[in-house]
Amino acid sequence: MAAARPLTAVERILARTSGAASVRPGDIVVCAADRAVLLETLFMPNSLNWRDPLVVAAPERALIVFDHAVPAPSAAEAGAMTRARAFAERFGIEKVDVGGHGISHQIVAERGLARPGELLLCSDSHTCASGAFNCAARGVGGLELLQVVCTGGTWFVVQPTIRVELSGALPVGCEGKDAFLALAARFGSADNCNLEFTGPGVTGLSLHDRRTIATQCAEVNAEFVLFPCDDVVRNTLAALGVHEGGRPGGFTPAVADPGAEYAATWALDLSTVVPQVATPGAVVGNVIAAADAGNVQLDQCFVGSCANGHLEDFAVAAALLRGRHVATGTRLIVTPASQQVFLDAVRAGYVAEIMAAGGVVTPSTCGACFGYHMGVLGDGETCLTASTRNFKGRMGSPDAQVWLGSTRTVVASAIAGRIVDPRTVDAAAGASAAGASAAGQGARVT
Amino acid sequence: MIVEGRAWVFGDDINSDLLYPQAAFGLPLDEAIGYVFRANRPGWVDLVQPGDVIVGGRNFGMGSARTAGALLRRLGIAACTADSFASLFFRNGINTGLPVLACPGVTAVVEEGQRVRLDLGTGLVRNLDTGAEAQGARLPAELLETLTGGGVLASLERRGLIAPPAR
Ligand code: SF4
Repeated sequence: MAAARPLTAVERILARTSGAASVRPGDIVVCAADRAVLLETLFMPNSLNWRDPLVVAAPERALIVFDHAVPAPSAAEAGAMTRARAFAERFGIEKVDVGGHGISHQIVAERGLARPGELLLCSDSHTCASGAFNCAARGVGGLELLQVVCTGGTWFVVQPTIRVELSGALPVGCEGKDAFLALAARFGSADNCNLEFTGPGVTGLSLHDRRTIATQCAEVNAEFVLFPCDDVVRNTLAALGVHEGGRPGGFTPAVADPGAEYAATWALDLSTVVPQVATPGAVVGNVIAAADAGNVQLDQCFVGSCANGHLEDFAVAAALLRGRHVATGTRLIVTPASQQVFLDAVRAGYVAEIMAAGGVVTPSTCGACFGYHMGVLGDGETCLTASTRNFKGRMGSPDAQVWLGSTRTVVASAIAGRIVDPRTVDAAAGASAAGASAAGQGARVT
Repeated sequence: MIVEGRAWVFGDDINSDLLYPQAAFGLPLDEAIGYVFRANRPGWVDLVQPGDVIVGGRNFGMGSARTAGALLRRLGIAACTADSFASLFFRNGINTGLPVLACPGVTAVVEEGQRVRLDLGTGLVRNLDTGAEAQGARLPAELLETLTGGGVLASLERRGLIAPPAR
């Protein structure tokens, strides 16, 4: 009798949700989603992806989140939200409306809806963000999401999985974004492979950094992205009242079987990472050290998005800006990933510090990340962003240049007016920190 | 399923924001199609003819989940082949009824303006002008069925899960 094929953690989730005893790369499986997250963009006028369903397979497993353009910048988005509210009402689907809103990947994290071992689908390509919680999450087309809403599931081709073996710890001045950029620089594109993070280096990474890394893996064309479920994840979920245990209610982490087959191993010693930036256009093939960027003058610096609009990003920005000012001729825009992050950042004093330094803090929205509102770039402008993507035209004009870097690199560069290695500003800030911290803000900069 | 048409050849890493820029969001389909490739190939939408085929390099369609397949179909694109596809674009192709055929090496055997034949059932791409061929991945029967059935909307409609379009 043949022994059961050992499965990777991603394969485990695809097998469970498709009801298959085993799966292997190349198989097509039809999986039942544990959670479907719908965005207001689906309901836009002239939507190519939406026709109101007559049947909703599992309304209790669906969630509608308003996130891409909030509050509505024009009548079109307002109309989309009206349609979405009516749909939610009709089928009894929970919605996250203006006021409690946030970027969907942040909302599911805050509410404990990204759960270990589960399958979460959403019509946004950075849905892999929830992989930080050991949740197989990915973006699907809007049409597929409609299919998920109607039928409960959709198909996947089981893809090969790459093991990402992390060791060491990130040096001071480096963030999850730098670790991701270092991976992309060293290994390039994952080309439709799943990525499973493992190794002793994961333990020392904060959930914040893991979430940045998981989110960014969309930029190396990964399919599912999975971090292990460890105590960091367990404790975070436990604080939200979500516990491990048998279904329903409790989660079962996805763990790779011993001897599972991986297509490749990417090994990275985090202690070798330096602050990095990606030059405009894409991430793969474009990563350089921030110190080597040359004299890149900046019109705009942006901190925000699902990858880096977290409270930790506000803490970093506030600490760097304390006693300093954004350079003349450069604007700094900071957008929280949710109303909750915004509120926490206000209470911690971060918002006041950013504003006192000449930064603009906007309400929570995807906004400038996808060049829609709240910080759109004009012709010929140059931006350094801590958001997710640096495609041509991504943040507005196709003639604008978008560079990508960590929150620290973006804020330090906003102070300098050009791209710099943040450690140069950190060091200078350290010298004056003793005096400035008399204000007692105590930002947590780790 | 066999498709023949004149080729438009694109390089590597053609991304979703070039295919479907955010400026086109919310516009009626016939206006939205005017934005396709505006940033990287302005004027292309006026040259493309119904029945034409797109031949892309590696990672065609990388990036967002935007339903670019629907715009390409409306422009009359009969099929899309590429050295490799980003999976979201590939999925959106099937789901919008745009034939997609992943074919490593296809850009090496096709130049712009040449006529090509795509056999989605066998995965073979043939340059009808030069006779050169490249072997791609055949589309599994399940996906071919969704594709020939007109994509997801048509399928959901047939199953009574969504209403037919108004009017
Ligand atoms: S913040 Fe940017 S990357 Fe994240 S969901 Fe919104 S548009 Fe997508």
